[in-house]
Amino acid sequence: MPTDSSTLCGLQSGERGQILSVEGSDAVAARLLEMGILPGEEIEMIGAAPMGDPIEFSVYGYRISLRRSEAARVRIEKQP
Amino acid sequence: MSQPSATVALIGNPNTGKSSLFNALCGGNARVGNYPGVTVEQKTGRMTLSAATVEIVDLPGTYSLAARSADEAVAVDVLSGAMQGIDRPDAVIVIADATNLERNLYLFSQVIELGLPTLLVLNMWDRIASTGMKIDPACISEQFGVPVVCTSASQRKGIDEVRQALASILTSKIDRTKESAAFASTDSASSNFPEAFRMETQGLLDWLRSKNVTIAQYQVQRLLIDASDAHVHREIPSHLASEVSQQLSEARSRLASAGVKIPLFETQARYAWIKQKTAGLIERPRGRPPTISDAVDRWLTHRWFGLLFFVFLMFVIFQSITLLASWPMDWIEGIQGWVASMLEGFVGPGPLRSLLVDGVVAGVGSVLIFLPQIVILFLFIGILEDCGYMSRAAFVMDKSMSTIGMSGKSFLPLMSSFACAIPGIMATRTIDNRKDRMVTLLVAPLMSCSARLPVYVLMVAAFVPDIRYASGWITLQGIVLFSMQCLGALVAIPVAWILKRFFFRGEPSTFIMELSSYRWPSWHVMFSRVWERVLAFITRAGTLIFVTSVLVWAAAYFPGDHSTVDEATRRLEGLQAAEVTDEQAIASLEESINLGKSRLIDQSFLGMAGRALEPVVRPLGWDGKIGVAVLASFPAREVIIATLGTIYALGSETDETSDGLKEQMRAAQWPDGKPVFTLATAFSIMVFFALCAQCASTLMTIQRETNSWRWPIFSFVYMTTLAYVGAMLTYNLVQRWML
Repeated sequence: MPTDSSTLCGLQSGERGQILSVEGSDAVAARLLEMGILPGEEIEMIGAAPMGDPIEFSVYGYRISLRRSEAARVRIEKQP
Repeated sequence: MSQPSATVALIGNPNTGKSSLFNALCGGNARVGNYPGVTVEQKTGRMTLSAATVEIVDLPGTYSLAARSADEAVAVDVLSGAMQGIDRPDAVIVIADATNLERNLYLFSQVIELGLPTLLVLNMWDRIASTGMKIDPACISEQFGVPVVCTSASQRKGIDEVRQALASILTSKIDRTKESAAFASTDSASSNFPEAFRMETQGLLDWLRSKNVTIAQYQVQRLLIDASDAHVHREIPSHLASEVSQQLSEARSRLASAGVKIPLFETQARYAWIKQKTAGLIERPRGRPPTISDAVDRWLTHRWFGLLFFVFLMFVIFQSITLLASWPMDWIEGIQGWVASMLEGFVGPGPLRSLLVDGVVAGVGSVLIFLPQIVILFLFIGILEDCGYMSRAAFVMDKSMSTIGMSGKSFLPLMSSFACAIPGIMATRTIDNRKDRMVTLLVAPLMSCSARLPVYVLMVAAFVPDIRYASGWITLQGIVLFSMQCLGALVAIPVAWILKRFFFRGEPSTFIMELSSYRWPSWHVMFSRVWERVLAFITRAGTLIFVTSVLVWAAAYFPGDHSTVDEATRRLEGLQAAEVTDEQAIASLEESINLGKSRLIDQSFLGMAGRALEPVVRPLGWDGKIGVAVLASFPAREVIIATLGTIYALGSETDETSDGLKEQMRAAQWPDGKPVFTLATAFSIMVFFALCAQCASTLMTIQRETNSWRWPIFSFVYMTTLAYVGAMLTYNLVQRWML
């Protein structure tokens, strides 16, 4: 399971990061961007569902759920 | 009402209170149907606005006009006037969740470029103060150049202001259209698009126009951005199609080398425009204080507690259905008995009385009795959906659903299938992955729909002992009912897994889903939704079930000669009316009537069919009558009750105490005197109905949704096989266990 600290998968509950980029140019990437997962935005990991997947995040003032595979496409810089 | 003088489209993100606003504006004047050609629910309503009638079209909730799903495509078609049967709207209302305004404005930024007079509604305004936010609507209106109204639609606050604003943009629509077209070209998010993209758009637009293709600028933009996904492709005449895709791929590679990242640049430009416009107008308290919603959410999506709560909730719902519905059901049964005896008073013995009492009242009445349970079930589902729990349930269930070949998004369609598979199957449209959608659609009819409920309730009430635990709060009957409700869902697990493994292998799906804040359900929305379903149920009882009841009655009444029985009944009623207490005479008359009735039903077409069918259904523990009743219930499951009602009303012993169908079933006997209905038979019938595809409308819906006859036939075959085998196993197991 990808837990690369440079993507959203690397965040633990309550940790924040700043979005750097969204990988790819397909419909999934487009949907993520439309939903406000934009470079420069701050994102917080809220918690994971039973079995660790999907994951709930807080971004752009609302809550969104992403699967690990989708979260792994969002590169971030972790914030203290 | 008169012909509408204007059409207004209502659009917004999902979960913004769009339905509340629609209901508040149109009241009871809503019509629900399907858009022609696609099975997207079309909801239109009418409202009166300063003496003129305005038609409101409620568009499906969408995040973007990029049209990647059928729902989004419908929204785009209606707004561009391409939707058959709906005029291009004269104005658009964009509803936005004020607590999450920036993201909601994304859709607004696309809508405003269409050049239609637009009204922006900031809904959930009551929450702004409670979350410590500050929004300046007057400045927002000035910045975007559109009227802005703040509402709390679920509490019906701000609705009059919406009407006034709508009236004013409609009356000034002639000059505003020009104005907003000019506005769109100078000040919109697309003016933030990179120069290279704008030049490519213009080039393509000029080229298309030189080929006499009428297409708007924003449509060309969509072609460039969404590539092959673009819904606007159908606007391109087929002889130009290959040339256009050639042009598009060239343009896209030129853009890529110019550093324009598709689709990033569009979203970046739009959000930048929104930020620039709303700068300083939206204030959020620093370090958002945890709301009650957050606290509730922590528990309901908790790793273990979330799952536990989910199961507990389902159990409570099905328990309360049995407990709460029992009173109103008794009333309806009472009314049914009263109507039957009234009819008997007016109409003498003969075919007409038999048709009315044994056919219509026994048939339709025995189905109507389940109305209270349907209301309660739909009420619960409505509450869960409206308060925001459904998306949490999808979140909690996603991992388990995806291991068996579906996704968390399959959860809502499956959950609504517990009410009725038809809206459930239609709701699978929200699943963007085609293979996930097919698997969900094919297992949805296994969920225990409300039409099965009457079958279970009847069997459970008649044959499962009424034992109560925990001082009456938990009943054995409720537990059996709950298990029956779960059975279909449990069977669906291996079925889905097999479908995914052998029929729909393929790419992984996505689960990008908003988890909206919890809120109190709006009673207006709830009421109108339950009312819609109740109306549909009553209509079904009045049409489909009415007709089947009459047909079944005819099959069970003819071709026998009823004159002896009718004569005996007339004499018996004569004796009773004269208050003669000659018990011997009454008893001998009753006996001859009973014998005559059972002989007649044996000689009827139904009886013949039953004897022919008996070898097939005997392994399930059924007699021919049950077999016929099951066969007759192919159009709809609940018909089995109407049929049993008619069969047993026609063949019933004329005994004053046994008026209910329950009692008549308990009294039914095999020729050797053993009861037909045992616990094993009751379970066998319930299991059969849990798994069978006895619903013609569901199969029709599958046909429509998949646009092929293959899948409805497939569904019918696999479900009927499952049902037969399941019922046979159950019958044998229960019988062995009982001995």
